[in-house]
Amino acid sequence: MAIRRGRGVAAINYPTGMNLGGDPTQALVHSTPTGNFMVTLSSVDLGQGMKQIMAQICAETIGVPTDRVVVDTADTDTGPHCMGTFASRGTHRAGNAVIQAAREARQVMLEVAAEELEVNASDLETDGQGNILVKGAPQKSISIFDVALSAHFKRGRSISGRGMFLIPRSYPEKETGAMKPSTCYAHACTVAEVEVDDETGEVTVLTVKNVFEIGRALNPKMVEQQLVGGSWMGISHALYETTEPYYPNRDHGGTDFNQYLMPGPGDLAQTEIIVLERPSADGPYGAKGPGEMCANPQIPAVANAVFDAVGVRIDTLPITPERILRALKAQAAN
Amino acid sequence: MELRKNYFADVRKDDLHEIGQPRPRSDSPGHVTGKTAFFADRSFPGMLHLKMVRSPHHHARIRSIDTSEAEKHPGVAKILTARDVPHNVYTILILIQVGPEDETVLADGKVRWKGEAVVAVLAETERAAQEAAAKVKIDYEVLPAVFDMEEALKPGAPLVNEYHGQNYYLYDSGECRKVRFGDVEAGFASADHILEQSYQSSPIEHAPTETTGCVVAPEGNDRFTCYTNTQAMFFTLDNTSIILQMPGSKLHFVGGTVGGGFGGKVDVIVEPIAILGAKLTGRPVSFVYSREEEMQISSPRAAEKVVIKDGVMKDGRIVARKVTGYTDAGAYSRHSPYGAQKGAGHYPGPYTIPNVWIDTYCVYTNRTPSSAMRGFGVTIGDFALEVQMDKLSRLIGMDPLEFRFINAYRDGDMKAHRQPTEGAALIECMQEASRAANWPVAEKFMAMSSYRKGA
Repeated sequence: MAIRRGRGVAAINYPTGMNLGGDPTQALVHSTPTGNFMVTLSSVDLGQGMKQIMAQICAETIGVPTDRVVVDTADTDTGPHCMGTFASRGTHRAGNAVIQAAREARQVMLEVAAEELEVNASDLETDGQGNILVKGAPQKSISIFDVALSAHFKRGRSISGRGMFLIPRSYPEKETGAMKPSTCYAHACTVAEVEVDDETGEVTVLTVKNVFEIGRALNPKMVEQQLVGGSWMGISHALYETTEPYYPNRDHGGTDFNQYLMPGPGDLAQTEIIVLERPSADGPYGAKGPGEMCANPQIPAVANAVFDAVGVRIDTLPITPERILRALKAQAAN
Repeated sequence: MELRKNYFADVRKDDLHEIGQPRPRSDSPGHVTGKTAFFADRSFPGMLHLKMVRSPHHHARIRSIDTSEAEKHPGVAKILTARDVPHNVYTILILIQVGPEDETVLADGKVRWKGEAVVAVLAETERAAQEAAAKVKIDYEVLPAVFDMEEALKPGAPLVNEYHGQNYYLYDSGECRKVRFGDVEAGFASADHILEQSYQSSPIEHAPTETTGCVVAPEGNDRFTCYTNTQAMFFTLDNTSIILQMPGSKLHFVGGTVGGGFGGKVDVIVEPIAILGAKLTGRPVSFVYSREEEMQISSPRAAEKVVIKDGVMKDGRIVARKVTGYTDAGAYSRHSPYGAQKGAGHYPGPYTIPNVWIDTYCVYTNRTPSSAMRGFGVTIGDFALEVQMDKLSRLIGMDPLEFRFINAYRDGDMKAHRQPTEGAALIECMQEASRAANWPVAEKFMAMSSYRKGA
């Protein structure tokens, strides 16, 4: 009886969006008299930080600092339609809608600034700090605050924009299955290293090294939070979780966190996250949807590592100590 | 976390101001100081609490329901049964024309899974609602149930759901969604080795910190405001409008920050019945799942069975792949027909294989309806595919990572569902993993690229 070590690899891709049902999201952007910008949506922030990312996308597009943007979302009286936050679509679909709305608002903002500065709008640029400058003559400038005041009280303009992103529905062809099920794809490759106790069947995940290709890391800190959390969830899925431990038998289902097992802080593997960025052609600033993808490759990587360690295949999830011991017993009997 | 900017630097401009910056989240201080408002933070004077009477049987006919004693229980304001629900038989994906309507808001004549909602009790307190629910008397005639997908698909199996008429979802393509590419049998005939393996998963729970729920307030103008943690505002509003036969203009849905969704909050379960309760009593209503309900009543990730048959050459090329996937939808469709179909569009994985045959089935059994979850239609498929890849590499005596390089898709490669590959990056992920994990592969693989000239 011994602790045996093994490692396994898995490589995957993941689709962004749900084109098999039609996939729309809309956004509105407008300025307040103080030169701040409101983004109005009906998308839902699940805690992953959607509001923050929409603010950064709007700020980048208009050319202001992110703290000048406020996001109002998840209200069906004020927010334009969004299909919902699922299918790795939130950042991609809503982000594209926000870009379109912000571009329209930016154009009006530049037109008002052009009237104030008596130049052509096409000769203006933003400095990203809250000012609009004449290209090549930056001493000639106006603050966005003053532009907003002018628009509201003098010029009678609405600095606002409408954004719409729609991926039309794809109907699978009946006989061949030809279809366009999503737009861009995120990618991952994970190497997991495990120890398996061949006496108890217990698996300890020592290290998990994840490489994720996500198009563009719009906010690297938030990317990290999602990818680390996803990696943990993948390991949990591989080794611990089920509502029906003896599926298809309906008995023994957990009803609380004492019975429904998940790894605790002491069970966390040493986790490494490496991010590559190949911007997608249709994503907001090249972003893809990595929200779901990041919890997938750990599952087969751990399963393959268990085989590498003790030479038995557990082809049923979750890979519990009981299943490993039964397989080892069967292996010994052969 | 490390960003490796050396990959794809030629196709990426890193000249942005706000994008790519690790700005602190504006909502974090609220989360960590407890100031973020969640739906359940709302409380209104006179608010009622809703509890469900649930089926103790996996499959049974309802002979009679007697609510007379429950109605007399102190604090009870209203008891709802199927006949109170204007459009009781519904299915959420009817919004994108994926029918038939196959599920009851409150069971009518039959229950098809253990835990199915039969009677809704509204009372002054959660305790009174719970106590009154225990006094509802339901006379059941227990029917044979089926839990195993293979059993469910056999002739003569108990019929789970009469609205389908058979224990699988009928697509326009027949009993399964199909993908056909090349000639899979010719591929197998030409292969050096054939490997057929079966993989199985069990249902799992989303386990959000915040359980599913909503608080409904009737407004003075004949509208209803529903504070909810749904993941999809209009999807829920539109379905509620159908179920309650109420114009959408009467409904106002307010979300906010949700305490974790993971796909578990895309079903439309708590809102319609809570709004109906508010309408019939004229009082605010709270309906929040207990942890037990979240784990055993709300939809889990479906159990799946995946059978993969591969033909592989000694040099490592996969020449044919046949995948048969089964998704255990439980008693009702919810999003499962979509998930099974999404699986068909995902196989055979990120590999270029000339001959592919895919069948994905959505199967009905007498268990808690499954639905969407993070990785919907893909996660279990990836488990099966990537364990299969490991087995294939060992079968032909090749390094598992090198084996994947040989088959990895690249820009322009035609996928089985007949879309050309764009923006591929699998090869680069594997190259970086090889370095990071100190898992060396031959130099020719490290020199590969997802790009193709002219692609």
